[in-house]
Order: sequence, then C-alpha cells, then structure tokens
Amino acid sequence: MNAPVILDRRRVLAGGGALIFSFSLTSAFAQDQAPGAAPAPKPPGSLATTPYLDSWIRIDADGGITVFTGKAELGQGLKTALQQIAAEELDVAFETLKLVTADTRLTANEGYTAGSNSMKDSGAAIQNAAAQVRELLVAEAARRLGQPAEGLRTENGAVISANGKRLTYGDLVAADMLHVQAQPKSKLKDSATFKVMGQSIPRVDIPAKVTGGAAYVQDMRLPGMVHARIVRPPSYGAQLTECDTAAIEKLPGVIKIVRDGNFLAVVAEKEFQSIKAMNALSAAAKWKETASLPKQDDLLKVLTSLRSQDFTIFEHSNPAVTGQKTIEATYTRPYQSHGSIGPSCAVAHFTDGAMTVWTHTQGVFPDRQGIAEMLRMPPASVRLIHVEGSGCYGHNGADDAAADAALIALALPGRPVRVQWMREQEHGWEPYGPAMVTKLKASLDGNGKIADWNFEVFSNTHSMRPGGAGSMLAAQHMAQPFAVPEPKPLPLPDGGGDRNAIPFYNFPNARVVHHFIPEMPLRISAMRALGAYHNVFSIESFMDELAALAGADPVEFRLKHLDDQRGRDVIEKAAQGFGWKAGQTPPLDRGYGFAFARYKNHAAYCAIASEVEVNRETGRPRLVRAVAAVDSGQVINPDGLINQIEGAIVQSMSWTLYESVTFDATRITSIDWQTYPILRFNAVPDSIEVHIINRPGQPFLGSGETGQGPAAASIANAIANVTGKRLRDLPLTRKRIKDAIDA
Amino acid sequence: MMTLKVNGHDHQVDADPDTPLLYVLRDDIKLNAAKFGCGLGQCGACTVIVDGKAVLSCVTPLVLLEGKQVTTLEGLGTIGAPAPIQRAFMEEQAAQCGYCIAGMMMRAQALLQRNSKPTDEQIRAELEPHLCRCGTHMRILRAVHRAARLMDTADAASTGRSAP
Repeated sequence: MNAPVILDRRRVLAGGGALIFSFSLTSAFAQDQAPGAAPAPKPPGSLATTPYLDSWIRIDADGGITVFTGKAELGQGLKTALQQIAAEELDVAFETLKLVTADTRLTANEGYTAGSNSMKDSGAAIQNAAAQVRELLVAEAARRLGQPAEGLRTENGAVISANGKRLTYGDLVAADMLHVQAQPKSKLKDSATFKVMGQSIPRVDIPAKVTGGAAYVQDMRLPGMVHARIVRPPSYGAQLTECDTAAIEKLPGVIKIVRDGNFLAVVAEKEFQSIKAMNALSAAAKWKETASLPKQDDLLKVLTSLRSQDFTIFEHSNPAVTGQKTIEATYTRPYQSHGSIGPSCAVAHFTDGAMTVWTHTQGVFPDRQGIAEMLRMPPASVRLIHVEGSGCYGHNGADDAAADAALIALALPGRPVRVQWMREQEHGWEPYGPAMVTKLKASLDGNGKIADWNFEVFSNTHSMRPGGAGSMLAAQHMAQPFAVPEPKPLPLPDGGGDRNAIPFYNFPNARVVHHFIPEMPLRISAMRALGAYHNVFSIESFMDELAALAGADPVEFRLKHLDDQRGRDVIEKAAQGFGWKAGQTPPLDRGYGFAFARYKNHAAYCAIASEVEVNRETGRPRLVRAVAAVDSGQVINPDGLINQIEGAIVQSMSWTLYESVTFDATRITSIDWQTYPILRFNAVPDSIEVHIINRPGQPFLGSGETGQGPAAASIANAIANVTGKRLRDLPLTRKRIKDAIDA
Repeated sequence: MMTLKVNGHDHQVDADPDTPLLYVLRDDIKLNAAKFGCGLGQCGACTVIVDGKAVLSCVTPLVLLEGKQVTTLEGLGTIGAPAPIQRAFMEEQAAQCGYCIAGMMMRAQALLQRNSKPTDEQIRAELEPHLCRCGTHMRILRAVHRAARLMDTADAASTGRSAP
C-alpha cells in the first residue's frame, strides 16, 4: 500500500524522474540476522509501515528541511510538537523547519489522527527518522573529511569536525541519500541533552488565529470558487418525494441545483445567495418520513434489549478470595454531540478528470477511499488535503462535508466548490458519541478490599468512520445509495465500547463482558475517548461506592488496589497538589472527588481531584477547582500538554453536567445551542492546576483523550460527596441533582 | 451599492440589504477573523465591534450599518505588530483550535475600551454569550486580564506617563 504513495510523493517533490533504490547503509545501522531467526524487529511508530526516511524528512541542496506527517493539526498542537521532535533529533533550529501535514499526495498514510496516537505513531516515526537522517549525514561527512564519525558532532544544521570544519546538511545531502529504509533502532539523543523537546515553545498556528490570518478550511478562497449549501432530509431515512426547483433556479446568483436521489444541494456565486436559495429549496422539498427512533428517556431499556454479540473480554479468578459484602449499580450515558463551534466545511475542485478536496477530516487516506468509491473514480485521481477546521473531538461532520463538496464539484467541473454546513445540520447529522450502559457488581472481603469485580458494558461500535463510501451521508442519500457498512467492535487492547472496560486495578476475581450492539438507532461514531469516557466514569464512581462501603478514603482505597508505580505516582501527585487528606471536611455545600485512569490501560496516566459546589435550593453544580496529574511519558511541550488536560477537564465537565442529544420518534430535536446547551463562562471553574510527571527517554503516550473519563468521575464523586446521593445517569443535571437531594 | 466602513477603510459593497454583516465581511471584503458558528446569535464566533460595541455579525443585517464604523480582529493589529489583546492571547497561548477566539477577543476588546480594569467577574459576565468547545476558558480569562495590563502600559507609554 505504501509504495505507490511514496512514488507519487517523490514524483511531485522531485518533479518526476526514476525512483532509485539506494541501500547505502552505514555501519551504525548494520545488524546481524541469523537465518531462521525471528523476523527482524520493525522500526518504531509509523516508520514500521512507511519505512523510507524521505517519506518523513526531505533536505534540499540549499539546506531547507521539510518534515512530513500523515497526521493532522486539530487544534491539539500537533504541528508544534512534531516540529520540536524533528528539530531536536536533527539538530536544527526549530523555526527553520517546514512541516507538511496529512495530504494523500505528499505524506505517509497514517490512518486517522485519533486515539491519542499521534505522538506514538508520527512523533516516534519522525524522531527516529530524524535521528537516522542525522546519522547518515554524519557518516557522509566522515567519508568526505576522511575522519571517524565518532569525532564529529552536529549543530544548527551542520556537521562539525573536531578542528572546526563545518559541512552543512545541504552540502552533504545527495540525490537519494535519504531514500533508504529505516533501521529498527536509532541512535536517539540522550534526553538529558534536549534543547527543543521538553520546552514550552509557543504554538506555530496561534499567531495567525489571533490576527485574522487564513487559518481554516472555512477561510479558503480559490479563484472562481462558488458556494454550496445542502438541504438535508428532515430525519434519518426520509425520502424526497417532490421538489419543484424551477423558481429557485431563477433566484439571484444561483448556478445549479444538484439532486441525486435524496441528496439535494444548491450552488450560488455568493455565500448568502446560497443560503437564501437553500432556505427556498428546503421549503420546496417534500419528504416522506418514518418514525424510527427509540425512546430517549429510556435508553437503559433500549440498549439492554437490543440484540447483542457478547464477548467475555477479561476473566481472572482466585477462588481463595471470596467476598462478604456485595453491591451493584447501573450507569448510563446518553448520546452526546461533538458540538464543533464551526460547522463542517470543505472545498472541492474537479478539473481534468481529477478531484481535489480540502477537508478537516481526521483521515485523508480513508476519506479518499470513501470519496473515490462514491464518485466511482480511481483513488489515484482523488487527492485529499487536510486543512484545519474547528476542533472536532472525534468523527464529526468533516468527512460528510468533504463528500458533499466532492459530489457537487463533480457536477460543476472547473469551479472550486465550498460547502459549509449550517448549525442545525452539524447538530442534527453529525455521528454522535454512542449511548452506553454499564452494569457493575463487586464484593469486599473481610479486610475491606475488593474480592470480586463484575463489569458489563452495552454499546454500539465507536467508529463508523470511512473507509467505504457508505460511511458518508452523501453516498447514503444518492439515488443509487451505498449501504452503511456493517459495524464492527473495535479490537482490544484499544477497544471501542469496551475501551478501558478492563480494570487497571488488581482484583483477585474479575470478569468483564462486552455486549456489542450492532443495531444503531442513531447515527454514531468516534467521540473523544470513545467508550473510555463512560467506562472510566462508571469504574471510578463505583470505586468510590466501594470505598464508602469499606469506610475507606477514596485515594487510599485506590492505592490499595494498584501496583503500577506510575499510576500510583499520578494519584499521589494529584492528591498532594489538591491538598487531599483522608477524613477531610469540605466547606459548606462543597464536596471533594477523586478519579484515576490509565487511558486504554496502555497510554497516558491521569488523576484528577476536584471540588464541586452544589446549590441545595436549585441543585445547580459548579466545579470550583480541579487539580490534575498526568504522566504522558517523555514530554514534548509541557504547555501544550497542560492545555490539552485543562481542555479535557472543562469539556468533560460540560459533557458530564449538561449534555444529551434529544429526539422524538422521528427527528433529532437538539439542533442548536439552545436545544443542546453546553458550558458557558458562568460555570467556568476558579482554577485548574495540571501537574506533569515527565518521564525522560520513555515512549510518548499521547494526551488528547486521557482526561475525559477521570474528569467525569472526579466531578461525579464530588457531587456524591456533597449531596450524599450517588448519581449514575449522565448527564448529572441540575434537575437530577435537585431530585436526588429532595428524594 | 452601499459604503461600509471597515477597519478605517471605505468599501463599496454590492449585496442585498438583508445580508448579515458576517457574509459581507467574509465574502465581499475577504476578511477571515469573524467566523460562522451558528448564524443564530448563540455562540459569539462572529463577533465584531460596531461603533465601540460588540455585535453579533451573523444576525446584523447590512442595512443597519450605514455610516457606522466596523472593526474586525484584522483591524486591531498584525502578526508583526500585534495589538495588546493579540499579544496577550499569544503570550497566554489562549487557543486550542482557535475557531471561537476571534469573537472572544473582539468582545473583550470592546470591554477593555470602556473599562480598562475589569474584575474577573466582569470579564466572565461579558464573555457569557461566547462558546468555546475545546475548553480553553481558563486561558481566555488569563489573556483578557493580561490584555488589560498591556493596554494600561501602552496607554501610559503613549501619554508620556511612566508605566505602573
């Protein structure tokens, strides 16, 4: 799969020419491999699948260096972090590097920018590629100077000999010197010598964003570009029965109405003309709707009665330990919206038989596959280029908007088409974070320790991303529609609905069952942290319930069940930073809560302590302060990491206290910020403190999603602490809290 | 054809009088900062300053703007010569995706123009119409406080007084 991509990329960069395979490996990379031995170890991160060094780093003769990543900037600070990694390992000044992000013609296929995997995948690839490129340059300098490589050092884009002779990287690089496959191991720098990594370098994208620069796909203006708007069906499965477009075609600026089955769109010269025409078209369109949605207020019954495929994903038993006191509890999570502030947008241009789409998708390669299939074009004729959009927090409308733009552009060859979704379209049609149910049951032994633990989770899949055309609305709505692909459970250890379902604590007896529900009553897909948000909310709430049963302090109770030293360290750090003391009494009407998780059980560690105030008259909760500790392995940009965790806490608070998608039997009814309220400034905490435990030289563990679950449970535990009532149904609304207080 | 004054320049605009200011700024005058977020006046992403007041450009029709002064984020400063509020947001790294930030900054700017030393409560109350989905609120608040200090210093410098 990778070879054509690299060919394509090289052709573009080099302006054509033959591909020359060069394997001039230096002795530093040579390794012995006995016949019949185990297969050679692969290089780290995405180098394993895209091994050529020049897929990641290109050095021009003038010394200009370009770094390539198949991942995308989503507002998480990815560009800055990757540029820091490359600058560090190449020994060049940070600001001299150029960085190219996800583009099907230029970069490696790194799948989706998701799962907190970018530093693990792309960061590790760039770090190792950069280190190996530096080694190649040093080896070349050694050859030219006739000196041993050991006596040479690198500094500021040059190799320097003991006697001060300086050869720049541009001088040293030759045509195909970097077109070699990466070796499994690199001579990485000693983390103690880092100058760029570990520094809070300001984000490269922020200056344009705060001065009105063109920073988003929404800001693109191509010559001759026209504006399109979609008229979506009013509900899932609605059929367009009639639509008299004659009058609309005559409206000012209208260029074309595109209709293909239930796909309906209008194109106009100017943006507001397209909106007016969309409104007219929407009024003219008649739809036949079907009442197909489940009961919103009984998701527990809905989810637990749908047919499921049941998997026992964890079983551990020690018959010597038996429980004495048993409790059980059921937790639920509603459907929730990604709720991007900027509705999805894309620009597409079909010219000379080739389609180019500028999109804020998280996966240019999978999205290209889907769009090519929908347009019945060869993937090689479709190019997707990532341009930033509004924050997505998972699979929002981005891919759908890209497909919309492509389908419309196909009908308007030669003219770039900009599609901008409206607010109600983003809210009504985005694939939501799936509703979930968890059922927990556990017993304590005579010493107040957990003797057995049973955990069941009921959930849809947590990814319906493209891939195939059928994942995208436009393709589903065409006259010859593409079927929605069969949902699949996402494989462990990452998991989907069962992400973080397996306890990270040590329990002598434990059983975890994943009830995977194929039927999807609402359109759903990946939302930040996937199932981990609800599973961690459930586990960590139940840990507090068990601690209360044992009469134990929640922090001590957790430590009592945890051997993992890094996990213990973040728990202790957060508790210490918060001023947590066993048996403490919070101020009047306030409660303290604590929660911990290791994301995916193999990524970043995060513990959060929180103080929540509850107004007993109204039930209204307010997070007063939160203190987090995070261990994300080797830290690349401390301020970037803090920004991610602060954001995770605030966003998770909003999900946890306020948010649920609403619907009646036919239609989604949460279609704007009035009907889907989220956090506003009056509920912003007084303070959020994030403590980083850096692990120099350890693998990158990512950070984008690690805070979501712990923040939810920490707040829930604080609410239980102040009210004395345990709330188990998300969101923990003012009304639910008030009802619990009054009960 | 109507004359619209934006960032100190007159623009001849050929758009229907009911066109919301947002589309005139983005589509006719080719400015980026004011953002489409909801078109309903619910999120604040489109906020600009009209005659010193923060205005939701997505629900303000062109016809109401005859003879008024419109200021967008572009009119405050540039990357090379940022205004105090822009410097403050850079220095506090007060953005994640940043899509909501331009609107936040314009309302904060309007606040600071009429109240150079707002309290934390006043800033929070002022920003109430604005949504941020990334959860950058703590940094946004810090950046507005920093901007107030920077503007105070800039005023002091420009009038020959020493900075406090």
